[in-house]
Amino acid sequence: MATPLVDLKDISISFGGVRAVDNVSINLMPGEVVGLLGHNGAGKSTLIKILSGAYQKDSGEIWIDGEKAEINSPRDARRYNIETIYQTLALADNLDAASNLFLGRELTTAFGFVDEAKMESETKKIMARLNPNFKKLGEPVSALSGGQRQSVAIARAVYFNAKILIMDEPTAALGVHETQMVADLIKELKAQGLGIFLISHDTREMLDLCDRVSVMKNGALVGTERVEDVTEDDILSMIILGKNPKEAA
Amino acid sequence: MSDATQSTPAPKRSALQALEIDTRLLGMVGAFIVVCLVFNVLTDGRFLTPRNIFNLTIQTVSVAIMATGMVFIIVTRHIDLACGALLATCSAIMAMTQTAYLPQLVGLPLGHPAIPWIAIAVGMSAGALIGAFQGWMVGYLAIPAFIVTLGGLLIWRNVGWYLTNGQTIGPLDPTFMQFGGINGTLGTTWSWIIGILAVVAAIWALFSARRNKIAHDFPVKPMWAELVNAGIIATAVLGFIAILNSYEIPRGRLRRLFEARGETLPDDFTAAYGLPISVLLLIAIAIGMTVIAKKTRLGRYIFATGGNPDAAELSGVNTRLLTVKVFALMGALCAISAVVASARLTNHSNDIGTLDELRVIAAAVIGGTALSGGIGTIHGAILGALIMQSLQSGMAMVGVDAPLQNIVVGTVLVVAVLVDIIYRKRLGAK
Repeated sequence: MATPLVDLKDISISFGGVRAVDNVSINLMPGEVVGLLGHNGAGKSTLIKILSGAYQKDSGEIWIDGEKAEINSPRDARRYNIETIYQTLALADNLDAASNLFLGRELTTAFGFVDEAKMESETKKIMARLNPNFKKLGEPVSALSGGQRQSVAIARAVYFNAKILIMDEPTAALGVHETQMVADLIKELKAQGLGIFLISHDTREMLDLCDRVSVMKNGALVGTERVEDVTEDDILSMIILGKNPKEAA
Repeated sequence: MSDATQSTPAPKRSALQALEIDTRLLGMVGAFIVVCLVFNVLTDGRFLTPRNIFNLTIQTVSVAIMATGMVFIIVTRHIDLACGALLATCSAIMAMTQTAYLPQLVGLPLGHPAIPWIAIAVGMSAGALIGAFQGWMVGYLAIPAFIVTLGGLLIWRNVGWYLTNGQTIGPLDPTFMQFGGINGTLGTTWSWIIGILAVVAAIWALFSARRNKIAHDFPVKPMWAELVNAGIIATAVLGFIAILNSYEIPRGRLRRLFEARGETLPDDFTAAYGLPISVLLLIAIAIGMTVIAKKTRLGRYIFATGGNPDAAELSGVNTRLLTVKVFALMGALCAISAVVASARLTNHSNDIGTLDELRVIAAAVIGGTALSGGIGTIHGAILGALIMQSLQSGMAMVGVDAPLQNIVVGTVLVVAVLVDIIYRKRLGAK
């Protein structure tokens, strides 16, 4: 078996006595989309935030590309080419699209000053590819619609040559047309060899986009299955009952 | 050069929009002009004399310098109540360094040319260190800035007291006192040179920004709008210099200056003060702080953290260290303000900078800094300081009772914030 891009081994984290993530192991191969499913509070977002550096695990190991990784902050995660699109989008509302896209990684001129014009023109280029309707480059992102804000968050993740992409509910705030654009983008990135963790509540969308799905309940992993081996009903019963019907059989 | 850039026809815009002048800034400048004109009428023309304008600018400098730092503090959603007290401690340190420590402990004779510079360096280091310490408590220990600096307000004022045993320290070094205002001015010729250089630099900046936009295919203002903006800047700068250059040094003072050199004052000799060094210092700080705000990563992170601290942290910004940096910068600016304030008074006294923290916060807030964070400008804060000082000195000239003066200033502060809130709501911004 090839080396997984990401290998999370026996990850646990507790918040004040509650085991939010309990001994979970999942992995991700290059060019693969792995979906994380479960109720609200099942621990999906918490698990993913450990990988993106927002939370620090209590125990377990993270292996990236066959090497043990230490991820203690979002800065560390970025060093491993892990990019995250958060459910909350994590945008600074008072700044424009370009400032948000390059936040933490500003392009600078020879004198060490931020190169505003260069960043704006790069933003224009990538936005033209991701969301051709995007025009409000100079305005603070608080003035943008939900879909446009989402495109800024997505642009930020894909611009910097991510190898591992984490998408937490990327289509929750989007219309039909924009949801389709995100789906196309996921397929395109997958073809480029990125590994993608996808979190969503939409089971059908997950079966369409993912190669494998992992279901969590109450912080524990219920099971991981290839999408072609399970039906939507199997997945729903894993989410609701917390039991893997295939193991029961 | 304008034709090639008009490939995308811009929607028809009003002349004001074409100039791309910040309407909020325009409102503040308008309010300032109204204040000046009203006081000028009430004082029978004494308010807008070169002499009073000169005094007004040198009185504003100390608060304005700290207000530029307060912008960064408030933008990152903190507050600094300790800046007036920190000014007193820095002032005490610098006064003691130049009059006691260096002459007595190190052995440098009074009047040695290195004394003022060593004193300023020591004061600024102390200010930055104390600021960094407060920032560390806010950022790393997560004590609210309000509490840390409320404690600092009590602590630093009285640390300053112990450093001097409560004594007034003076007179200060003559070179040091040149930073105070009237004791250090550039004279007519140099003031014009600085003014012209400033205009040239501003116009160069305008057009290099335009070139840069064109190079990246961004829409630019019509050429006439650029020229009008350049004209406004040139008129404002050179007009300001002309006013300062027309404030003539009184005969009596000139006579003393000549007598000190062993000469007699010729009957037809006149000289003007020109640009005070303290005002030049404020302008340099304003430019430096604006560059930090707009052109550096530090500035970006300050505004991003103010807009959404979580997003900044998730984007890899070390927001704790950022807090330390912002407070350290504020501490250094307090020390510079201490130089100006003590030099203006020609001595250090215990009550120096008392209540300055409130004036500084008021200046920043009147200048459009939002206490909810993420929004604020350096030039706005300086204009805010100027408006506050104009109100205060104007009322003093008119002979308004001291209690009523404070009532008016307090009312203006609250009304200014209310107007700002209404303005932002109507714009649809937050």
